Amino acid sequence: MNEDTKKVVLDPLVDNNPVVLQILGICPALAVTTSLSTALTMAVALTFVVSFSNVFVSMIRHYIPNNIRIIVQMTIIASLVIIVDQSLQAFAFDLSKRMSVFVGLIITNCIVLGRAEAFASKNPPGLSFLDGIGSGLGFGLVLLLVGSTRELLGSGSLLGYPILPLITEDGWYYPIGLMLLAPSAFFIIGLLIWALRSWKTEQVESTAYQIRQVHRTEVV
Amino acid sequence: MSDANGVQKKRSRDSIANVLIVAISLCIVCSVLVSTAAVVLKPIQERNKALDRKKNILNSAGLFDAAKDIEEQFQQVETRVVELSTGMFADHIDAQAYDLGEVLKDPGMSAAVTKDKDIAGIRQQEKYALVYLVKDQEQIKNIILPIRGAGLYSTLYGFLALKADGSTIQGLSFYDQGETPGLGGEIANPKWRAKWQDKIIYDEAGMPRIEIIKGPVDSTAPEAMHQVDAIAGATLTSRSVNNLVRFWFGDLGYKSLLERISSRAG
Repeated sequence: MNEDTKKVVLDPLVDNNPVVLQILGICPALAVTTSLSTALTMAVALTFVVSFSNVFVSMIRHYIPNNIRIIVQMTIIASLVIIVDQSLQAFAFDLSKRMSVFVGLIITNCIVLGRAEAFASKNPPGLSFLDGIGSGLGFGLVLLLVGSTRELLGSGSLLGYPILPLITEDGWYYPIGLMLLAPSAFFIIGLLIWALRSWKTEQVESTAYQIRQVHRTEVV
Repeated sequence: MSDANGVQKKRSRDSIANVLIVAISLCIVCSVLVSTAAVVLKPIQERNKALDRKKNILNSAGLFDAAKDIEEQFQQVETRVVELSTGMFADHIDAQAYDLGEVLKDPGMSAAVTKDKDIAGIRQQEKYALVYLVKDQEQIKNIILPIRGAGLYSTLYGFLALKADGSTIQGLSFYDQGETPGLGGEIANPKWRAKWQDKIIYDEAGMPRIEIIKGPVDSTAPEAMHQVDAIAGATLTSRSVNNLVRFWFGDLGYKSLLERISSRAG
């Protein structure tokens, strides 16, 4: 793999992560991370969708008229998501029941449209596919971290296997109920952003606007 | 030179002809792909849903064995259609083709529940319901009945399994609910579900007496056989379960059916 392709795939993991740097795809990161298995399923589904939508958008990028560009990208994305959703319902029924509407909501995931617009519309299909894989990996990494934290602290288990014995099962661990509710995902992602930017200080954004201090010295 | 070509390309890309061509071809290709996927996969999905429902029915009576084949285990279950008001079997209606969603939309097959009677918050009720009988030879061993009602954040769907006397509970399970995990969601916890076992729904007068009470059930009191503990911290969901069980085993629910079948079972 040459430098370019390596950068395309690996950058979105830490240096240009779609969730914690670009702040995209927060909604599914909240919704499906109550358990690690649904978090990983979402990550795989999204990686599939974003890579293939990138390929298809990239293949017709020279022919898409400018004024219907977004709708064309959305149609391709929506068709892909419907096919993924139907396939999950057919071949992984229990998993699709637990994911419920959130597979369909991949259509609204900003990462997919974001990469189609920012990368696939300007780059060849091969590279666009890899960019999709990279973004999916970056998204998956965040979902993995949030999902394992929430499942471990909220249910005392990982992938369904009990790790911390719960009080209700004659154990000692009192599960943190908040971890199973959406706000906890916000907190965890916030803490992740803080930790990452402490390590990689170049990600810290410069202040956009500084409030001017006005010192009144004269009496009105 | 290349610039002129670039401008030429851009112009043709944004021309009305190109817009129409791209839009129409994209629509055709996407529609074909999506509908093909939907049609090809539908029978597999229907099979999954039917199998899942059978698993839930067996599970409520504690008859589900994960190691065995679901279809095989379901052989012991007889699906019948019942007219709720009379408790008579309505065999002219095809049980296999029965779809609750469709029935509730059909004014001939369902009716609105008046507000004062609608303690379960279901609003529309079917006139004919699907019921499941577990039979051993010709004897009814268990009666499994679908129940539903408004929870706090979602509609609760479950099955309540009765023993042959039509009043003692074999098991209860909610297969679809969206209540708060750890609180209302505990209705799915096997520990709470176990509390329902051997509880008795009807009193000597044949009226529904089963109830969920706040505070622990005093097992020495005679009332205890009709009482189940509420879930700590989930008052409203517990109340919803109480109401929906009362509704479905009252006059508007399966009471007529159970009076007919259980006197037969003896």
